[in-house]
Amino acid sequence: MARIGVFICHCGENISATVDVKKVAAAASRIPGVAHSVEYKYMCSDPGQQMIKNAVREKNLTGVVVAACSPRMHEPTFRRACAEAGLNPFLCEMANIREHCSWVHEKSDATTNKAIDIVRTLVAKVKKNKALLPIKVPVTKTALVLGGGIAGIQASLDIANAGHKVILVEKQPSIGGHMSQLSETFPTLDCSQCILTPRMVEVAQHPNITLHSYSELESLDGFIGNFKARIRKKARSLDEKLCTGCGLCTQKCPTRKIASEFDAGLGLRPAIYVPFPQAVPNKPVIDREHCTYYLKGKCRLCEKICPTQAIRFDQEDEILEVEVGAVVLATGFDIKHGDFFPEYGYGKYKDVIDGLQFERLASASGPTLGEMRRPSDGRVPETVVFVACAGSRDPAKGIEYCSKICCMYTAKHAMLYKHKVHHGRPYVFYMDIRAGGKMYEEFVRRAQEVDGVQYIRGRVSRIYERGGKLVVKGADTLLGARPMEIEADLVVLATAGVANAGAEELAQKVHVSYDPYYFYSEAHPKLRPVETNTAGIFLAGACQAPKDIPESVAQASGAAAKVAGLFSQSELVREPLIAVVDRQAPPLYSTCVGCFLCQAACPYQAIEKEEIRGRDGRLIKTVAKVNPGLCQGCGTCVALCRSKSIDIQGFSHEQVYAEVLALLNRGESDV
Amino acid sequence: MKTGFYPGCSMKGSAREYSESLLAVSQALGRELPEIPDWNCCGATAAHNLDRDLALALPARILAAAEKDGMYEVLVPCAACYSRLSVTRHELLGDEDLRRKISGLIEADYRGTARVLNIVEWLGGIPDLESKVRKPFAHKVACYYGCLLVRPAGIVNFDRPEEPRSMDLLMKKIGADPLDWAFKTECCGAGFSVSRTDLVARLSGLILDDAVQRGAEAVIVACPMCHLNLDMRRPNIEKLAGKKYNIPVIYITQALGLAMGIEPKKLGLQRHKVKVKFTQGLAKPPAASITPASAKPTAGAKSASGDSPAEAPFAGPSAKRGA
Repeated sequence: MARIGVFICHCGENISATVDVKKVAAAASRIPGVAHSVEYKYMCSDPGQQMIKNAVREKNLTGVVVAACSPRMHEPTFRRACAEAGLNPFLCEMANIREHCSWVHEKSDATTNKAIDIVRTLVAKVKKNKALLPIKVPVTKTALVLGGGIAGIQASLDIANAGHKVILVEKQPSIGGHMSQLSETFPTLDCSQCILTPRMVEVAQHPNITLHSYSELESLDGFIGNFKARIRKKARSLDEKLCTGCGLCTQKCPTRKIASEFDAGLGLRPAIYVPFPQAVPNKPVIDREHCTYYLKGKCRLCEKICPTQAIRFDQEDEILEVEVGAVVLATGFDIKHGDFFPEYGYGKYKDVIDGLQFERLASASGPTLGEMRRPSDGRVPETVVFVACAGSRDPAKGIEYCSKICCMYTAKHAMLYKHKVHHGRPYVFYMDIRAGGKMYEEFVRRAQEVDGVQYIRGRVSRIYERGGKLVVKGADTLLGARPMEIEADLVVLATAGVANAGAEELAQKVHVSYDPYYFYSEAHPKLRPVETNTAGIFLAGACQAPKDIPESVAQASGAAAKVAGLFSQSELVREPLIAVVDRQAPPLYSTCVGCFLCQAACPYQAIEKEEIRGRDGRLIKTVAKVNPGLCQGCGTCVALCRSKSIDIQGFSHEQVYAEVLALLNRGESDV
Repeated sequence: MKTGFYPGCSMKGSAREYSESLLAVSQALGRELPEIPDWNCCGATAAHNLDRDLALALPARILAAAEKDGMYEVLVPCAACYSRLSVTRHELLGDEDLRRKISGLIEADYRGTARVLNIVEWLGGIPDLESKVRKPFAHKVACYYGCLLVRPAGIVNFDRPEEPRSMDLLMKKIGADPLDWAFKTECCGAGFSVSRTDLVARLSGLILDDAVQRGAEAVIVACPMCHLNLDMRRPNIEKLAGKKYNIPVIYITQALGLAMGIEPKKLGLQRHKVKVKFTQGLAKPPAASITPASAKPTAGAKSASGDSPAEAPFAGPSAKRGA
């Protein structure tokens, strides 16, 4: 005979304000099989948990229902409490009367009745629960870090320094990411490359880090502790082992007028190139879209000139298969380009540039060697207008969020410009200045007060060319929304920070969720900001949301700490909520008929064939078997099985039917 | 499945030539445009400044009449009427209570089945318009969209709100050369035409000036109000600017009509204040219509690079940037 304990939580007032908890407790006590029913203000608190433990022991309970919040919130808490009292944790269930009831309804009898219904269904279910044992799986102590920007570099170094192996995958020919393109960094104005390149070198030299540049993730299978990744190593068209990085090929390549990605389209590069002089690895790649040999079948000058004969025109992409225990996504961000701002002439006028292009103009390694010259004619711009929030916080442009970094880098840009062109006139159009951060507000003040940057609070409506100048039309909202025009030589748009073009595809490959803007979703916005909802996959940097360097680095170290924590265990414990195929005594052995529809349907390749043999070795039948290490408990096979031979442990057909029947048999006496 | 026609007040009065040219063109295209039976005023600027219910009820009554008559879409050539009808449809379809209330006021059940089309949308939906062209409209034109044709973005959902190009594409189809200019959606002064003619003269003057500076031979409009300000207020504009502008302002349907070889008189071109000189002999170079001020058509565009051909250490336009 079942002896079920029901524990009803007020959740402060979250539940008790709309649900009559005393009535629920009274009604629960009348459900057949319920031996104990109480309510309490905070069930998850220590005294609350103690109540449960005491009741389990004293009342000799065979099952527990905690009517409280979502199981996502506190199921582990209450299951642990039951386990401590000697009850199998899988005999404890949660009835969600908060998210499913009190939060979504007004205070009324109907609300209370619904809470009672929910409790009754869970009581019916828990009566059918079986004691389950957790599954133990080993951990592969190697981490896969995707993205070699500052976040990926930091995460890799931290994990590697904790003594674990790291495989770092970067899609570009060099690691370094956007940070390597920046001129100086706010709020200290130290040179971006000077602080970044030592880290890049450290990555290359670290004995625990294997770097795959010019590579992309092809697929990821498996689960926490036991992922299998396939990495596509794109053909560099040269033998990396032979190449010494002497640079002769890049100097002699006759195809030299290709817009450089690293210089944000402002500089030129040859067809065989290293993105920038401090690149890691310092080995060139051949851009097959532009190389004369690939286009016309002639040239091969680099092959002739190479002192170590490293050029391989016939090289093909290579697929590497690796096993890893954890994945860090550090794939970064992009800024909005192209046809996004036709009214600002972005993409139409050469002198309307974006923030990254300005970084290259200001950088000592940029196309002008750090001299402030505008792209159209190379003249020094006398008046420069910076437009903050170009697309950000603008529902009409489809981007409602704040890109966060623009206020600071715009102040930095205006400052850098003024430092290089002393007589220049920098203007900044802004909506609000968001300079929260250590020394950030002071930095913006410095731009305004020391460097004399003119800040105009208002938005720009249009930019057009007139007589060789760019006319910037806007409004000064602090002077009564007065329309104003500035004739500028150069306009810099702080275009919105957005997710990378391939972000959605990658998210689907690794099964993590993302927001409407394709930024990856953290497991909890406050309390689990570096984890995803997929166990074993962590987030670092701007692939989660626009972030500046210190924040990206902090999150990367956080992700690395999570990985190190995971790797400190020799085996992981998984919940046993997985599919099982029916087994019976001979002569039936199993109701499974061996059709293997389930095998084709399983998204995790978890279904195997098992041959049942008699003592004499004679094959009796072949049935399905679930690999407990691979099964994720999704239930696809259960729904598909024609003979109803598969069940999810903890959510068996029997349990779910019991719940439904309990819901249908609602009697008046409960209220 | 018929398309209804809502003329509104201006098409019957100050913008008769818009209506004449539209009907001439639709006849030549073999498209019938029956008027909505018993149509009424759209409420224009007055209603929505005074009474929200009235501002919704007036257009709702028009649209309900169209629906009742079996029209599945309604062509509204006046941009202001188009705005009122579109906004009403948007608001009533998004709010069932409001829809019921307004239906009660107009004593008809407004369902929202009829789409509201502006002139550019309607013309854009005609397949193979190019094949109807008899005499290509080979002129440099500045397509002027004004404020209401493409806005508000969330409601009209047609073209880009800030840098539209649908009219430019239509002009290309009839052989014209639409210019890249800066005043496509700037305000002409609109309803201040009567009360603050000085404002209209300044704002409309800026529009004409940019069009002329860039070498336009005509401004193409799709709004009676814009036409009124740019054409009828020309003396005020010229007085304020202290110079003459001979550039004609013609309706999109007139330009199309000319290209289709329809007689200028049928298109009402004689009704404009500013004479449209290139209506005869369309193939001739149309230098006559340009003012002295625009003798150097692209004066503004290139002068910067003229005196300092400094070596530009840059690549091509940033649009080329790799993914």
